[in-house]
Amino acid sequence: MARRDWTTAALLAPAYGWLALAVFLPLGAMLFFSFLKAAPFGTRPLQFTFDNYLAFVRRPYLIDVAWTSIQIGLWTTGLCALVGLPAAIALARATRGRSQQVLFLLIVLPFWTNGLVRVFSWTMVLREGGVLDYALHLVAPSAPAVALLYSFPAIIIGLVHAYLPYMILTCYLSAAAIDDAYIEAARSLGARTPMIFAKIVLPLSLPGLISGAILIFVPVIGSFMEPRILGGRVGVTMGTMIEDQFVQAFNWPLGAALSFTMLAVVLIIFGVSSRALSARFGAQ
Amino acid sequence: MTSHLSRRTFNALLSSALGGGLLATYGSRRARAATTEITVLNWKGYGTDEAFALKAFADATGIAVKHDYFNAEAEMLTKLRTNPGAYDVVLINSARTQQVQADGLIDAIDLAALPNAKDLAAPLRDHPNLQVDGKPYGVAWLWGMTSLAVRHGKVADAQSWAIFSDPKYAGRLALFDDSITQVGIGALLTSQDINNPKDLKAITATLKAMKPNVRLMWSSEDEWNKAFAADAFDISDYWSGAAARSIKLHSLPLDFIVPKEGAIGWLDTLAVPSSSTKKAAALRFINYMIDPKFYVIWATQSGAPASTNTAAMNALPADDLSHKIYKPEDLAKLKFMSALPDDRRQAFNDVWDEVKAFYAK
Repeated sequence: MARRDWTTAALLAPAYGWLALAVFLPLGAMLFFSFLKAAPFGTRPLQFTFDNYLAFVRRPYLIDVAWTSIQIGLWTTGLCALVGLPAAIALARATRGRSQQVLFLLIVLPFWTNGLVRVFSWTMVLREGGVLDYALHLVAPSAPAVALLYSFPAIIIGLVHAYLPYMILTCYLSAAAIDDAYIEAARSLGARTPMIFAKIVLPLSLPGLISGAILIFVPVIGSFMEPRILGGRVGVTMGTMIEDQFVQAFNWPLGAALSFTMLAVVLIIFGVSSRALSARFGAQ
Repeated sequence: MTSHLSRRTFNALLSSALGGGLLATYGSRRARAATTEITVLNWKGYGTDEAFALKAFADATGIAVKHDYFNAEAEMLTKLRTNPGAYDVVLINSARTQQVQADGLIDAIDLAALPNAKDLAAPLRDHPNLQVDGKPYGVAWLWGMTSLAVRHGKVADAQSWAIFSDPKYAGRLALFDDSITQVGIGALLTSQDINNPKDLKAITATLKAMKPNVRLMWSSEDEWNKAFAADAFDISDYWSGAAARSIKLHSLPLDFIVPKEGAIGWLDTLAVPSSSTKKAAALRFINYMIDPKFYVIWATQSGAPASTNTAAMNALPADDLSHKIYKPEDLAKLKFMSALPDDRRQAFNDVWDEVKAFYAK
């Protein structure tokens, strides 16, 4: 028994060691920085302060920025769920063999291109006189010009494109695990398709939906490349604000404190929403 | 005539460097036989290490030039401090000169010892940022600026930064996403010192007033070129060197203008570390770096920022773009960046972040 414990520990050690090194060490350093007055470079003495965590009080405009970021997060996650879940169910239950492989390839394809390249290619599609505008005017010459670039929808489009694969892959795992017998049983009892979806497929896909939402919501809230390049004037998010602290103001402590404040906000959102979800579906 | 004079001075300097009068009669073959080696501390690929220049300089003077590089100004300071005697020429941005001087790391320069210094543009050569107690602690070498770029043919009345909030150009403005630049423009518009504005509230209000015009914020030359080519904006603040490249390499139709309030300039200098043991040779190299003969080849073959030497700028081919971008009459209008203390840098960043949050609302 003890021997097996040791084997398990030995097998897990590299993974946990790597996690500790790659995640907790830099995060710990940043947490430490966030309580400093100035970044500890050169010969400056360390001065501790809680001031950085009062940023939202001292700089009220940050509340607007944080709200924009949360809206971007909600829109992106919502649209990814709306598009990703049906795609995952179709992939898991309605396709087989070669066509399934091809579909998987198409879904994973965006991962193979550099993020910056993807964003810049969107600028070519979305701008006035761009691909989308051109295509629309081929079909309907009298339609008004489509100039989505440098707007809120442009940011959402770019982010949904970048993060949709996460949602499809996590939902696919849940949807593929649903036993066909449940659906057959429901049909034999006279349930129609919408009822089967609402009572069986959706609840059983929920773990995938939730882990997909977490995987997407967290990085989207902190995203800065897509808002900056696609959003123009409106592309000011917590991500770009934090980036400014690191790159322009050289105020690592403030940047770190803003990051941890956002992390706290995200955790609160998850806490509240997971309680609400479990209350709703746990009762059934 | 000029070359004859400078060569004589070169030789006089070299002979004193070697402590002998043997080479007073000139002859490059003899000069080559005697080898002095100096070390330059600079950014990589920034003029002083051009292969053609090192060869021409060694042929003319017998002085070999070695290089060491830095990737950040802080690294340059550390290298100067920790390796006394290792360097003979160092590149220092004029914003840093007084700080480096205060640390006792560089020497005052006798401009009379540099024959080519007579053609340096006075506003740059004698800029207050380079002076301590009336003595220059560096030779003004290269400069550039952030100023106003507008679409040729579409914006004809650009004389002032106030065009950034002109209702005629609603939605046609792009701004450089950089707090120091934007606060600087706000300071120019409110007649304040760009390096130490007292009334940040007025600057914040001035920048916020541009909101209806702002279409996008750019952070790289490539991004600027793509958006301008796609007709996303007509007016922007832009870098002089990048403007020249946009016109020359991408054929973009832009006019580069220095508004009446002025533009934000930067100035790089070459200085001699006080710990150098080959100061005479170092001065000869600096003299060569401000020589029109060197600058014209460098600028036309590789591309270079503007030279501080008026004669060098005049020696560029008549159709060279530099004549359109770097005009001698604009020099007096330039406001040069100084070093910013940390709290001011943070204050500038806060102003710009607040303005951006307002733009996004």
